[in-house]
Amino acid sequence: MEITPDLVKKVAQNARLRLKDEEIKTFAKDLQDILTNFEILNELDTANVPPSFHPTPIQNITREDTPQPCVNREDALALTPHKKDKYFKGPKTL
Amino acid sequence: MIQQFITDAKRGNIDLVEHASKALESAHAINKEYRYIAAWADPVARAEQLQQLAKTGNARGKLFGVIISVKDNLCVQGVESTASSAILKGYKPLYNATAVQRCLDEGAIILGKTVQDEFGFGGFSINTGTGIEKPLNPLDKKRTCGGSSGGAAGLTKKAPFPHLALAESTGGSIANPASFCGAVGLTPTFGRVSRYGLIDYANSLDKIGSMALTVEDAALLLDAISGPDPHDSTSANAPTDPLTDIPRAIHGLRIGIPQDSFPETMDNTTRRVLMLALQQLEQNGARRLDIKLPISTKYGLAAYYTLAMSEASTNLAKYCGIRYGASEALSGNYNDYFSRVRDNHLGEEAKRRVLLGTFARMAGYRDAFYTKAAQARTKIIQEYQAVFKDVDVIVTPTMPLVAPTFDELKNLTPLQHYQMDVLTVPPNLAGLPHITIPIGEAHGMPVGLMITAPHFHEHKMIQVAKSYDKK
Repeated sequence: MEITPDLVKKVAQNARLRLKDEEIKTFAKDLQDILTNFEILNELDTANVPPSFHPTPIQNITREDTPQPCVNREDALALTPHKKDKYFKGPKTL
Repeated sequence: MIQQFITDAKRGNIDLVEHASKALESAHAINKEYRYIAAWADPVARAEQLQQLAKTGNARGKLFGVIISVKDNLCVQGVESTASSAILKGYKPLYNATAVQRCLDEGAIILGKTVQDEFGFGGFSINTGTGIEKPLNPLDKKRTCGGSSGGAAGLTKKAPFPHLALAESTGGSIANPASFCGAVGLTPTFGRVSRYGLIDYANSLDKIGSMALTVEDAALLLDAISGPDPHDSTSANAPTDPLTDIPRAIHGLRIGIPQDSFPETMDNTTRRVLMLALQQLEQNGARRLDIKLPISTKYGLAAYYTLAMSEASTNLAKYCGIRYGASEALSGNYNDYFSRVRDNHLGEEAKRRVLLGTFARMAGYRDAFYTKAAQARTKIIQEYQAVFKDVDVIVTPTMPLVAPTFDELKNLTPLQHYQMDVLTVPPNLAGLPHITIPIGEAHGMPVGLMITAPHFHEHKMIQVAKSYDKK
C-alpha cells in the first residue's frame, strides 16, 4: 500500500492536526515504513477468530447508583483561563 | 529492605521530618544532574503529619513513612501532572489516582512526579514534551534511562534514601527502563490495579506497577495498590493474595524458555550474562523446558502498535485546550482552535502516533489494521494460555541490548525504535504480569531478566525472581 502525502493530509485532517509541508513529507515516509511492516498481520489466518479488545474477560460492572461528591465548580473553572460566569468558554462551533 | 525502615518509622525510631528534608535535598541534587523529576510534592509537610501519628501511637499502613515517586501520568492532587506533555502544562489535578490514594492511605510520602516519554510514547525517554529535559542513565550519562518510565527507573537506582516508584507500562514501559537502569520492575496483570486517575495511553493495555531495588520491595508497593475499584470498571474482581513474604524456593518449578527470545542482534557478552542467570535458576531447582511462541514473536509487535496507537489517537482527543492544560487565545471555529492547540503543544512522536492510530481506524483501513490486530491479539493470548499448561513461568531477556547511548539512538528510524520492544510487547499485549530483575552487567551496563506468569499469578514470578535476588 502506498502512503502518499495526500493520504497523510486526509488523515491529519481527520485527526485535527494541521501539519506543515515538511512534516507531511516526513510522516508519509515514516507511515509507509511502519505500515508496510505492520501488513505482516495479513499473513495470519484469523478466519472465525473473535477480536480481543481487552486482554482479560471483562463483564459489565456497575456500581450502586447513589449520589457521590463531585468536583466543585470553582475548582474546575480555576484550571482554565477560558470561562465566563459559571461556565467554560469555548470557540465558535459553527 | 524497606520493611525494616517502616517498622522503625512506626515505632518512632526515625525522625520522619528530618528524613524527608534530607531526602528532598538529596533528590534535588540528583535531579540537577540527571533530570528525573518534573514536579515536586511537599514531602516535608506530609512527614510532619505522619510524625504526629507516630508520636501518638497511631502509625498505621503498609508504607508508613516511605518516600515514593509517582510517574508523571498518574494524577496527584494539587501537583502538576502532565504525562510529560506540553499540552497538559499547568494541569494540577483535583483528585488523586486510586493507586496514589492507596499509597497515601498506607502512610506513604510523595516526593514528586517522574519524567517519562510524552504520554508513554517511547522506549528511551527521549520523547519528552517541549520544555521537559530528557533523563540520563544513572550509570552512564551518555546513555538513555529507557522508557517510558525513565525518570522512575533512574531515581530508583540513584536515590540514597529508601524509595519506591509508582510506574506504568503499556508495552514495556516498566520492564524496559528498570532493565536499563539496573532496578527491579514489576508489571501486574491488566486489571489488578485500578487505572482511575491515570492519564491514559491505551485503555486496554495500561497497567500501573512498581519499581524498587529489591523484589520484595517492589512486591510491597504492588501489594498496597492492588484490588478492585468502583471508579474503574475494568479493574478486576479477582482475588489479590498477598505478594510479600513469598518463599524463594523454586524446586520443581517449570520455567519455559522461548526458542526465539535471544535475538540474533544480541551481542555475546549480554547473551552470556543471561545464560548464566538461566543456569542459576536451574541450580536453584527449576526445571527448564524449551517452548515456542511463534505467533507472539512474529506478530506481537505489529498487533501491539496498531492497537496501542488506535487507542491513543482517541484518548488524546480530549486535550482540546479549553478546560485544563495548555490553551491558546480563543479565535476561529472549534476545529481551528483544537487543531492549533494540538499543533503547538503535541510533540513529534505524539503526532506520529495520532496519525497512525487515526489511519488504522479509518473507514477502508479499519478491518485490515485495527480489527485484524485485535484478532491477532486473541491468537497471542491463546498461544500463551496453551504454553502455560506446560510451564509455570516464561523466562526471557528483558531487552535485546543494554541501554544505548543517545548518539546511537539518533541513527534509528521510528520503526527501529518500536522494534526494540520486541520482547516486552507480547506479554503486555496479552495483559500478562511480568517482572524484570537485574542479573549482571555487560559492557558496564545492567542486564535484565524478565519472568512472565499467567494472569493473576504474580506470586509465581515473584517466587522465581526472589530465588535469584538474594537481597
